[in-house]
Amino acid sequence: MISEELAFLLQKLIPALNEGVLMSIKLIVPSAVLGLALGVVVGSLRAYGGRFFSPLANGYAALFRGTPLVIQLFILYFGLPNVGIYFKPYTAAVLGFIMCSAAYHSEYIRGGLLSIRRGQVLAAQALGFSTFRTLVWIIIPQAFRRALPGCGNEIVYLIKYSSLAYVVTCFELTGQAKIVASETFRFSEVFMVVGVYYLALVTVASWGLRRLEKRLEIPGFGH
Amino acid sequence: MKTNDKTPLMRVQGLSVRLGGREILKSVSLDLYEGEMKVLIGPSGGGKSTLLQCMNYLILPDRGEIELEGRHVDPHNARELCGFRQQVGMIFQDFNLFDHLTAVDNVSIALRKVRGMGKAEARERAMAELSRVGLSDKARLYPAELSGGQKQRVSIARALAMDPKVMLLDEPTSALDPELVSEVLTVIRSLAQNGMTMVMATHQMGFTRALADEVLFMQEGRIIEQGSPKELLAEGSGTRTLDFCSQILEVEGCTP
Repeated sequence: MISEELAFLLQKLIPALNEGVLMSIKLIVPSAVLGLALGVVVGSLRAYGGRFFSPLANGYAALFRGTPLVIQLFILYFGLPNVGIYFKPYTAAVLGFIMCSAAYHSEYIRGGLLSIRRGQVLAAQALGFSTFRTLVWIIIPQAFRRALPGCGNEIVYLIKYSSLAYVVTCFELTGQAKIVASETFRFSEVFMVVGVYYLALVTVASWGLRRLEKRLEIPGFGH
Repeated sequence: MKTNDKTPLMRVQGLSVRLGGREILKSVSLDLYEGEMKVLIGPSGGGKSTLLQCMNYLILPDRGEIELEGRHVDPHNARELCGFRQQVGMIFQDFNLFDHLTAVDNVSIALRKVRGMGKAEARERAMAELSRVGLSDKARLYPAELSGGQKQRVSIARALAMDPKVMLLDEPTSALDPELVSEVLTVIRSLAQNGMTMVMATHQMGFTRALADEVLFMQEGRIIEQGSPKELLAEGSGTRTLDFCSQILEVEGCTP
């Protein structure tokens, strides 16, 4: 009895979940990095984009924060082929994750940008910095540090909402688990083990984010 | 020293500024000659800060123009504006050091990102400027680790690194604890003695008497009195300037 459980775990479940978790990581890492990068751009445009770009960026954030991610993924994968745009499941999922998390990151970044004292901008301009260079070299490096805890939170969310990739037939951790579970009807075992996998992913990510925060720490900054 | 037959280094003509429906500057003009030090004094809200920020186009005036070395500067041309600002250094009351950069990086960043200087060269220049204000040993510290006086000296080094033709100083010692004022004034004094052209808003009367070529008294957005400190601060001259200064000195418990 126990050996049967063990055999199921070692021979069926773990190999399937390992395959799934690899796919999850392949989804999460580019989505986190590019989502954050796009979020910095969108957040900067929202705060400093002027009369033309900031309404556009605000609209983007409103749209992607205001609609469920599942719907966004459905449109990317099942809707766009109607207008002749085809994505592979993996591409559709990563694109959806990038665009959704960028919308959330942009909110943290915008808050960080607005928290930077106006004197910093004045000092940069007085030295001959253009608006763009002021933003890139003076404001964003400070705002990013302030926004990092919030952005880290968004990355932790991303790890968990990456499980939605299965709705566009990209079989990552949750997708693999569902296959195993419905084949064997061992729902509780399967999903408890899946929970442990996610917990491990989030733990590693949180540790990495804390190290990044430590690395970027500046004496007295933000106090 | 000033000689009025030359063309001024910087000419400010008819600057008017309206902020929030209030007229802050009312057609202010001044000519600044090479090597000259002008001091702005007057009650707060009189327009000193606004005038200084306008002289660097940090505030765009509604009317009026600025010429540097006889050339008109168009603030709506971004490239011309950035070029102009590099030649006019600005020192702020509350320092405005870049909080995420060490002292040496505060000084070198504009050299690198605005002037396009290489990293090593910019660093070397920054170290030279820091040693000029007596802070070579603080180069690796962040703003939060420096005292107010040290921060202001770094900000002076930062401005000097751009080789400005004119320096604008907006109450550079007003945010400092009294015991830190003199280290900053010493640096400014040596700039003046080396012929830097400056406009400075300050309430340091001893300093003004000793170093100003001209005192401009500003009130309600206008320059209402101007002249050498000797003329304006002479006992019994009956000027608004003298009146104002004796009030300050009374508060500080000194005699003029």
